[in-house]
Parts: sequence; structure tokens; C-alpha cells
Amino acid sequence: MLTKRIIPCLDVRNGRVVKGIRFVNIRDAGDPVEMASAYDREGADELVFLDITASHERRDTVVDLARRCAEELFIPFTIGGGMRDESDIRKVLKAGADKIAINSAALANPNVINRCSKRFGAQCIMVAIDAKLVSAGEEKQWEPFVHGGRTGTGRDAVEWAREAVERGAGEIMLTSMDTDGTQDGYDIDLTRAITQAVGVPVIASGGAGNLDHLVEVVKEADADAVLAASIFHYGTYTIRQAKEHMAAAGIPMRLT
Amino acid sequence: MIAIIDYGMGNLRSVEKALEKAGAEVSVTRDSDELRRADRIVLPGVGAFGDAMDNLRKRGLIDVIREEVAAGKLFLGICLGLDLLFEESDEHGLHQGLGLLPGRVELIPTDLKIPQIGWNQVSIRKKSRLLEGIPDGSSFYFVHSYAVVPEEESDILCTTEYGCTFVSAVERGNITAFQFHPEKSSSLGLKILSNFAS
Repeated sequence: MLTKRIIPCLDVRNGRVVKGIRFVNIRDAGDPVEMASAYDREGADELVFLDITASHERRDTVVDLARRCAEELFIPFTIGGGMRDESDIRKVLKAGADKIAINSAALANPNVINRCSKRFGAQCIMVAIDAKLVSAGEEKQWEPFVHGGRTGTGRDAVEWAREAVERGAGEIMLTSMDTDGTQDGYDIDLTRAITQAVGVPVIASGGAGNLDHLVEVVKEADADAVLAASIFHYGTYTIRQAKEHMAAAGIPMRLT
Repeated sequence: MIAIIDYGMGNLRSVEKALEKAGAEVSVTRDSDELRRADRIVLPGVGAFGDAMDNLRKRGLIDVIREEVAAGKLFLGICLGLDLLFEESDEHGLHQGLGLLPGRVELIPTDLKIPQIGWNQVSIRKKSRLLEGIPDGSSFYFVHSYAVVPEEESDILCTTEYGCTFVSAVERGNITAFQFHPEKSSSLGLKILSNFAS
């Protein structure tokens, strides 16, 4: 049976991890590759690196990051941040990333999804959606935002997810801007709206504060994977604890 | 030396690095002579079946693969490299494969999401040197929409459940091939590659 995935997310600036780190057995707590390997040893199913380097310097840093990770990491990893067109994406995939995540570039020019999906395969094209609640009435509505959540797009997040998948996105990485950073739990309504709208895996992100939150978004919103940063980076829980907790709740997990 | 066949289908770097990690000397190549000199051959790949066969044909690699496999060289197929071993695939139209094993490639007959992306367990159906040290029921990383349907039951090495039971690995003589990605399956995947390399 296909297991649900736990995906730690690392924010990287100029080749260094920027969030605080608990690992004590690694030499360099700011080195993304060393941290990623530690997560692999702990049982992480996959990793996401988001490059948050200032955009004008970013193109080379993402390629370099992909190359370094590919040397040492033997679980799948995704790189997001700063890729604008097919040529940027090709470089990062060629450097060894298993998947790339695109957000602003996909909304600015949706054809980039079609072209890259056709050329590289849908399995490596992840569309990241940062969504914010804009209408809380009977029928909730969310709007996708771009440029790190600074700019609205005037679109509907559910419609956009559907379109991205039709164009060839192989996975959706969905971040709720309303719950992100709150540690109050994932946005269940938003996640459910997206998982019901698309036929590809949906990775839920934003708001994990305890292990029940991971269970909740899988059971109630049908998420295929859970992404989390703080609860793992700051050592609140280990990946192993998270997996055992989810497995005890009846969710299929990879425990070996 | 292990030769990884470079035919323009996806990222070969992770396969190369994982085999190196397993202690092997590796060469990523499209050169027939180098494939003949190698003592083991790996056919990796992601992407479309038809494109993959076209690329192998254009690079003049089909005959050398058939010859070297027939001569008994150890051969490892990964993902698309498993699919290509069979006779034909109906992925985006009907395409002929390498025909090294009898059977077809079909869309996974499931109601679940396609592609299947993630970690799934394998049931080991027979003994294999490559699976030494791998417990039955271990999880490996899959990314695929199609699965092989071998004609010969005896070729089946592993099966996996995904709303149906599909064949996740095959083995016949010197040929072993996996639908999942050992190079992306953490320590157990590396163990398989190290078994292949030694």
C-alpha cells in the first residue's frame, strides 16, 4: 500500500539553511546537505529545499544546491525558488534534483508547465500554490499569491490547481498563508478543496504544530504528504516520532 | 566497471552517485564499445516509452544491449529501464520495446491516483542475489504511471499493491529490473545497488 509521506522543508539562503536547527551530531548546522542527510537517516521520505536567496543572485545558487544534494542524498528531493523558465528548470533537474517546484513563474506564464511537463515528465514538475482565504462565506474561496505571498493574482486557488494539473503538473504543494507559521494546524478546508479538485498528489503545508495536525490533514483532507519545518528543525519531534504517531492512527507509513 | 546507458532519458546523476556510494566504478556512456567493455550494464530512465526507444535506436544502442544481455552480462533496469525490456507498450500509442522478456507494458489498472508517487512495499516472490539483506515488505520509492505485465510467471520477482497488484520487479537469469528507484530509496535501495555492484 502506498504510504503517506513526511517531508521536512529547508529554507536556504546563499547556500545555507536559515532556520534554527537541533541536530547535534552534525558538524555544520547550516549546511543543507548535511542536514538533509540527517533527515534521511531519521526516515524522512523526501525533502524540499526552498531557495530564498535574493532573486537577482539566485539562479546559480539553486543549481549549485541541486548538485551538492545529488552527491549525498539518496531520497527524492525537490528544489523551489527563483526558477523562471524552461532553461532554469532544465539546469536544476540536470544538476540532479528529482523535482522542481514553481510558483510565481507558473502563474505568470502557465505554458511553462505544459512545456516542462512534456519535456521532463509530469513527475518532476510540482506546482506550489500559496493560497489565502478571500471569501469566508458559505462557499469559501482562496486566492493564490505570488512573490513570497506579497502579490495577489485575482485568481481562484482551486481553479488554478485544476488548471495546473491539466497543463501537466505532477504534484501540488499547497501552502495556506492563513495557517502558515501559526502552529495551529493545517488548513483542512483549503486542503480538502484542492485534493477533491485534482487527481495528482497534494502535499499539505503550513501550520503544523503537533503530531495530531499531521494525522488530521491526512485523514480529514486526504493529503498525500505533509510538509513541515519548525516542528522538526527545532526538535519538538523527530521524524520517527511523527511516523509512529501517524501509523498508530491507522495511516500507512514507511517505518523501516 | 558498471556502464550506465546515457540515452537522453532523465536524470542519470542520482543513479551514478548511488552506485559510486555502493563502491562501484561507474561510467555514464552512450558508446557501444564502452558498453561491451563494461562488466555490468544499467538501463535507467524516466519519461515516455516511445521517445526512449527512439533515442536508443538513434544512438545505435539496441543491438549492443541485446547482444550483451544475450552474452550473459549482468543487467539492471530501473523504472523506464524495466518497461523497455518487454515487447510492447501502449503508452501514447503502441510502441515496440527491446523484447528481452515476453510481456507488455500497460497503464496501472487502478482507481487510485496516477502517477503513483511515493513509497510502497514490495512482496518478494522469489530468491534473488540483488535482494539479499532486503526484508520482505520493505518500502521503496516509486514514480510511474505504467506497469509491466510479464507473460511468464517465473519472471516475476516482486509485486506491489496499489489498488491492484502489479509487478514491481522482474528477474530472469542475468536480467533484473525494478519499477521503483533503488537510487532514491535510502539505505535499502543502496543495499540493492551494492548487491548488484558486488
